[in-house]
Amino acid sequence: MRSLLQRLLLLVIISVIAHGVVHLAPGEPSEVDPSNPRMKPEDIAKIRAAFHLDDPWYQQYGYWMRDLMTGELKSFKDSQPVLGKIYERFLNSLPLFACTVLIVWTLSFPIGIHAAIRRGAVFDRATTIVAYALISIPGFFLSYLVILWVVQALGVPVIGMRTFGIEDAHPLFQGMDRIWHLVIPSLMSALGGVAVLSRYVRSQMTEVIHQDYVRTASAKGLDPDTVIYRHALRNALLPFVTMFGLLLPALVGGSVIFEQIFAWPGLGRLAYDAIMSRDFPVILTINFFAAALTLAGTFLSDVLYAVVDPRIRLK
Amino acid sequence: MFKTDRVAVASLAVLLLLVVVAVAGKALTEWTAVIDPATVRLADKFLPPLSAASASLPPSDAPVGGAYLLGTDELGRDVFARMLQGSSVSLSIGFVAVGIATFIGILLGGLSGFYGNVRLGFITVDTLIMRFTDVMLCFPAFFLILTAVALLPPSIYNIMIIIGATSWMGTARFVRAEFLSLREQDFVMAAKALGVPDLRIIFRHMIPNALAPVLVTVTIGVADAILTESALSFLGFGAQPPYATWGNILSDGKGFIFDAPWLFFIPGAAIFIVVLSFNLVGESMREAINPRLRSRR
Repeated sequence: MRSLLQRLLLLVIISVIAHGVVHLAPGEPSEVDPSNPRMKPEDIAKIRAAFHLDDPWYQQYGYWMRDLMTGELKSFKDSQPVLGKIYERFLNSLPLFACTVLIVWTLSFPIGIHAAIRRGAVFDRATTIVAYALISIPGFFLSYLVILWVVQALGVPVIGMRTFGIEDAHPLFQGMDRIWHLVIPSLMSALGGVAVLSRYVRSQMTEVIHQDYVRTASAKGLDPDTVIYRHALRNALLPFVTMFGLLLPALVGGSVIFEQIFAWPGLGRLAYDAIMSRDFPVILTINFFAAALTLAGTFLSDVLYAVVDPRIRLK
Repeated sequence: MFKTDRVAVASLAVLLLLVVVAVAGKALTEWTAVIDPATVRLADKFLPPLSAASASLPPSDAPVGGAYLLGTDELGRDVFARMLQGSSVSLSIGFVAVGIATFIGILLGGLSGFYGNVRLGFITVDTLIMRFTDVMLCFPAFFLILTAVALLPPSIYNIMIIIGATSWMGTARFVRAEFLSLREQDFVMAAKALGVPDLRIIFRHMIPNALAPVLVTVTIGVADAILTESALSFLGFGAQPPYATWGNILSDGKGFIFDAPWLFFIPGAAIFIVVLSFNLVGESMREAINPRLRSRR
């Protein structure tokens, strides 16, 4: 209960900081189109008044919070409700996020464990090289290379969420089409994560494998699989429970790049467009939303931690 | 430290070479202007690497040696000259950003490690600083950087400051943990008992002992900063002209990937090699200072 309250307090502080960053920075929504001859000074004044831009920052913060809580928050750009816009884009991003997380977590563990068990073998060295290469290459550079190759060689779609003009097709076919479009974007946004996480798994496993209890387990004649998966892996898993929550912000942040590359109409694209048009309510709410997701993630991992490790009890 | 590790030695050599190239680039393109990265030669646009300059150019515009080592871009600018200029800009973005992050990290981590028990009203210094660190970790870092960079006037100094101000959390946590354990050690106790002032204990006795893990973070941080800059460039928020960075040469080059692939592949490969070298050097330093890993090699 206490940790829940602490997180709520953190969330409030985060919202104040996010609000401060956006509102204290120079650049106004009314300056986006200064060359438009139809924008007269009185129009700008009207816009500023309508968006409360002339009030002190703490009042603007109050308005933002009030509108957010009542769901009345409107985008500066097109006066659509912000929550609706974000929800719609979030639904688009969700399959991408889910696939990315799934790929990262299902690939990293086997790779890392295998590399740790046979340290210095060919597989270990090869995955080490590939992991460093993936960490060091600019994400969009690699994506463009893959797009060039994939489009010419395999014909997997790399743009958007679905093929245009197949609305009359069978629902099953449309579903397949959606999944088909997910392949490359989720793979590309997962690669960096796989590289980082498999290295962590590897170093964590090497630490654990040399512990006394693992030596005892193999000394008493258990077969290697039981030793690795029942004795070593369970103890190596602990830190990853914590990482689960901290990986969420990277996912939302990274989506700006990857959704831009693959023309995916998700949360990252919405954020990018909002930044370009100084759409403060949308920027703020996405930041707030991402931070809230992260806090929820860390809370979840704290709870899980207590389940996984009986030595730790949630206060 | 690296004697046994050939990969790390090679990476270190690449980095030293890079520093030489960056200084030479700065000297040749800005101080003496032997090689001019900004000269526009429309007659010579999109020339592949190693092609000769056309004879119709006025002598003042001709590239050094009469050839384009790495080709020319869509305005006929010498890619080699731009890469040279970009090397110093990219490298200084990396180093300044990480310098800022390390400074904030050591300051906050040190404060909360050394003066953690001091109470400010109802909370301790340690709680205050570490809660603030938690808050900063909750933001999607890249998105926060993007928001701040896009809203502030575009300049490479803002990019450096913002990348620095959003990436100090790891260092702060490291330094705090080191300080907490160092504070209890005998040599610090002895120094305290001798009446050595706090600041001298911190700077002469504790920081040098806490520096090894920080050095690893710095090395890997430079790599991350260079990647972040290139990602910002890709979205159009990176260093603006007239500055050439490897990131914005790469992101300009993506538009000509079929007509002039060298505009895309040369900066991409350069970033890849340099970032890889930073990562490998950082990683081998980490293994070198971790005795548990070293004994098992």
